[in-house]
Amino acid sequence: MSMIQVNNLKKSFGDLEVIKDMSTAVEPSEVVCVIGPSGSGKSTFLRCLNRLEEISGGHVYIDGVDITDPKNNINQIRQNVGMVFQHFNLFPHMTVLDNLTLAPVKTGKLKPEAAEKKALVLLDKVGLAAKAKAYPGELSGGQKQRVAIARALAMDPKVMLFDEPTSALDPEVVGDVLGVMKDLAKEGMTMIVVTHEMGFAAEVADRVLFIDGGYIVEENVPKELFGNPQHERTKAFLSKVL
Amino acid sequence: METIIESLPMLWEGLKMTLYIFAVAIVLGFLIGLVMALLRLSPLKILNWIAKIFVDAIRGTPFIVQLFFIYFGLNSFSWVSLDKEWAGIVTVAINAGAYFAEIIRAGIQSIDKGQTEAARSLGLTQSQNMRHIVLPQAFRRMLPTITNQAIISLKDTSLLSIIGVADLTQRGRVIVSATFEPFTIYLALGVMYFVIIYLLSLLSGYLERRFVLR
Repeated sequence: MSMIQVNNLKKSFGDLEVIKDMSTAVEPSEVVCVIGPSGSGKSTFLRCLNRLEEISGGHVYIDGVDITDPKNNINQIRQNVGMVFQHFNLFPHMTVLDNLTLAPVKTGKLKPEAAEKKALVLLDKVGLAAKAKAYPGELSGGQKQRVAIARALAMDPKVMLFDEPTSALDPEVVGDVLGVMKDLAKEGMTMIVVTHEMGFAAEVADRVLFIDGGYIVEENVPKELFGNPQHERTKAFLSKVL
Repeated sequence: METIIESLPMLWEGLKMTLYIFAVAIVLGFLIGLVMALLRLSPLKILNWIAKIFVDAIRGTPFIVQLFFIYFGLNSFSWVSLDKEWAGIVTVAINAGAYFAEIIRAGIQSIDKGQTEAARSLGLTQSQNMRHIVLPQAFRRMLPTITNQAIISLKDTSLLSIIGVADLTQRGRVIVSATFEPFTIYLALGVMYFVIIYLLSLLSGYLERRFVLR
């Protein structure tokens, strides 16, 4: 069974149809990168996968559970779907450690001591064990994003969604964040990454989706999609960014 | 000077009443404000309307009229019996509540949407998000405006002397009518109000430094 199954997804904001019809499936441990011009609907697509955007039509299944079905508890589903944002969205009034332990403790997943232990392991993994007691405002952008990744991992998600995780970073720290994501991919995490980092997509992705005009125009293994694009729009986009 | 020293025990009684009414009313007012702000932000239209009508009605009428309405108006029904202290507390609380509602609503709306998105994406419920993420941050931002409203409400309590609440102002008036020394007595009242309000703003400043936004 696919980890994520998207069937005929549609999303409109008022009269504006952002996602017209998208279907795809992501297998366990697969890393999928989503590329496309700005305004093409790629971030909206990602945000529909944990219902941060209410879906206008179609179905999304996470590990077999229909997230659009009102009978299913969306809060429970979201515990399995980690999300990393372009602007980090760390909680500025809490220490790094509290950022990581809040959700596991409040959702009843872990006891406070266990959550803290896990948080320290995760911080060590992203290279920031020394910053546990710091506040987000005391960190650089790259450090913030690594904390945000650790915060999402603290819930033990089955899937990780990344919404342009390096777009707001200074160029010299992009590598640190991508490094953490590469490690995560190697460990077998199922990942969907909306990104402008074509190098990362080419190196890490199992598959790349090119989204434009509310449709998945083309999807393929990175070597084929970057080396031998089939559609005119894909070619036009790649010629501008590569 | 002698007059002031002789009237100190009475003024002290009045001060205690003023502080008691203020403390109860401001806590109630804050709760009213919080509830109204949440109604105002709720997705249900009917709840928005209830909160909006409440806020507009209170902001659009004078404090004295509200006080008379509650003390004389409501008490004209046989099944209502509010003593003057409680009528005063309720009036100050409702009045402050309407202003707090707007302060709290603006405070909540000033918090970046990304905070809520991050909290919800982790599986926290909307009320957990409010309690742990949005309100603590909003409260820090609101502190100066909340203090300001608290100071206004404290000063409003002096209007309760009109219905005979034995607060600081009322005690002063009684002393003046017995001693015929309005200059010294009202000066003393002014100093006492000033000192409490100054202490309030010191407290607020301390809280702001204590909970500095990082």
